[in-house]
Amino acid sequence: MLFDKFQTMADFQAELAQRHVEPFGAVTEEILSATEGVVQGRKVILAGTNNYLGLSYDPRCIKASQDAAARWGTGTTGSRLANGSFAGHRALEGEIAQFYGVDHAIVFSTGYAATMGMCSTLAGPGDVILLDADSHASIYAGVKLSGADIIRFKHSDPEDLAKRLRRLGDRASQALIIAEGIYSMLGDVAPLQEIAAVKREYGGYLFLDEAHSMGALGETGRGAAQAAGVEDDVDFFAGTFSKSLGAIGGFCVSRHPELEAIRFCISAYIFTASSSPSVIASTREALRIITAEPQLRTQLWRNANRLYDGLKSLGLPVGPTASPVVAVEMEDRSRTIDCWKALMEAGVYVNLVIPPASPSTNFLLRNSVSAAHSSAQIDTIIAAYAGLIAAGLITPSKAH
Amino acid sequence: MTDYQEYLNFLYTALESQNKKQLVLSENTALVADIGLSSLEVMEFIEKIEDHFDISIPLNILPDVNTIGDLARKVRELNL
Repeated sequence: MLFDKFQTMADFQAELAQRHVEPFGAVTEEILSATEGVVQGRKVILAGTNNYLGLSYDPRCIKASQDAAARWGTGTTGSRLANGSFAGHRALEGEIAQFYGVDHAIVFSTGYAATMGMCSTLAGPGDVILLDADSHASIYAGVKLSGADIIRFKHSDPEDLAKRLRRLGDRASQALIIAEGIYSMLGDVAPLQEIAAVKREYGGYLFLDEAHSMGALGETGRGAAQAAGVEDDVDFFAGTFSKSLGAIGGFCVSRHPELEAIRFCISAYIFTASSSPSVIASTREALRIITAEPQLRTQLWRNANRLYDGLKSLGLPVGPTASPVVAVEMEDRSRTIDCWKALMEAGVYVNLVIPPASPSTNFLLRNSVSAAHSSAQIDTIIAAYAGLIAAGLITPSKAH
Repeated sequence: MTDYQEYLNFLYTALESQNKKQLVLSENTALVADIGLSSLEVMEFIEKIEDHFDISIPLNILPDVNTIGDLARKVRELNL
């Protein structure tokens, strides 16, 4: 039957309901600040929102958004290719290109549309794509639509990438290589110096998704490639406005003038309405702020290190290095759900991640840190995890 | 060029450790439906084949691969 394939998910939902826990699509009833809200009737610290710089609640961004709504209306009601390119959209494209020091940019309605749209369009039948095995779902969706040959290389493994480029022979120089800056689930950073070196040896085009690293890494916040000093090796940067910039939308920037022709070939750009003027306005203001206020990045990393060190000192299995994403990996699904529920009861909202969203068969309690978190809030999060240990819900082990 | 039967023989041997049901393998044995390989085990198995023949097997051909015979034919094509 048509619906048979959904039965496993329906059973899982029933199990969650029976346990009175709703980790997926938990409703936020009120936002109190960038780091606090009322979720499912409970006041909680928001530690799973990707609001890395806390700009979703910045008064300057809110004001810009309000002014734009008053002046331009609530929506464009059309595609960028039809009536949906307002002056603000074009201005933001100029500003994001300038931010990256390149000449060409496309602004999309979501980050998903940006990566999916670019990956489905850049390569086509007869071309070959090499993508990191732990790539985001939007990248997998895009490459699947492309019609190109899709080859995975082991996650953040430049040697495996080199091996696969070598196997391609003459096709290697035209291959599209896809990687990310910070990987969203475990918070690890791609070895971009080594990946860039492989690309220099074999050729190809490098597409880098900086969704979780833009605003968080690099001297001026451009992301992981800037931090690694390899921006010249990146052909296309993609990213989102929904994390460090606190709004919604996505972008792709490039030094290649061909991006202007590519723009007209991307279904995810053409056949969807453009971002609301208010969203564009707050994004432009947030971009100005992250350029002018590098101290936000400093504070983000101070908080990231505080949370990472705190969880690690508890003996929890966190990743190898500190990152704005700090994930605790667990093997047992039921126990992980119990932990998520207990964290909520302790006043801390984190993300519960289950396979295949997690990069292995493990389950994750995924925390994302914000520059807007206070030290006291970070300590409350750490204390909540200590409570899980005290309750016997999680057993300390050696960190990875 | 190695012929089809040699590819089949290699796949039978390579699958030994994952053939937990001790099935008698043939070209019509389905990798997932019969042997019960998980998606992770399929990827590990594919990697074993790739390294042996020094090839890359594109993900986009996998939806057409159900049986050991399907896989042997695809690997033979890629290894020409």
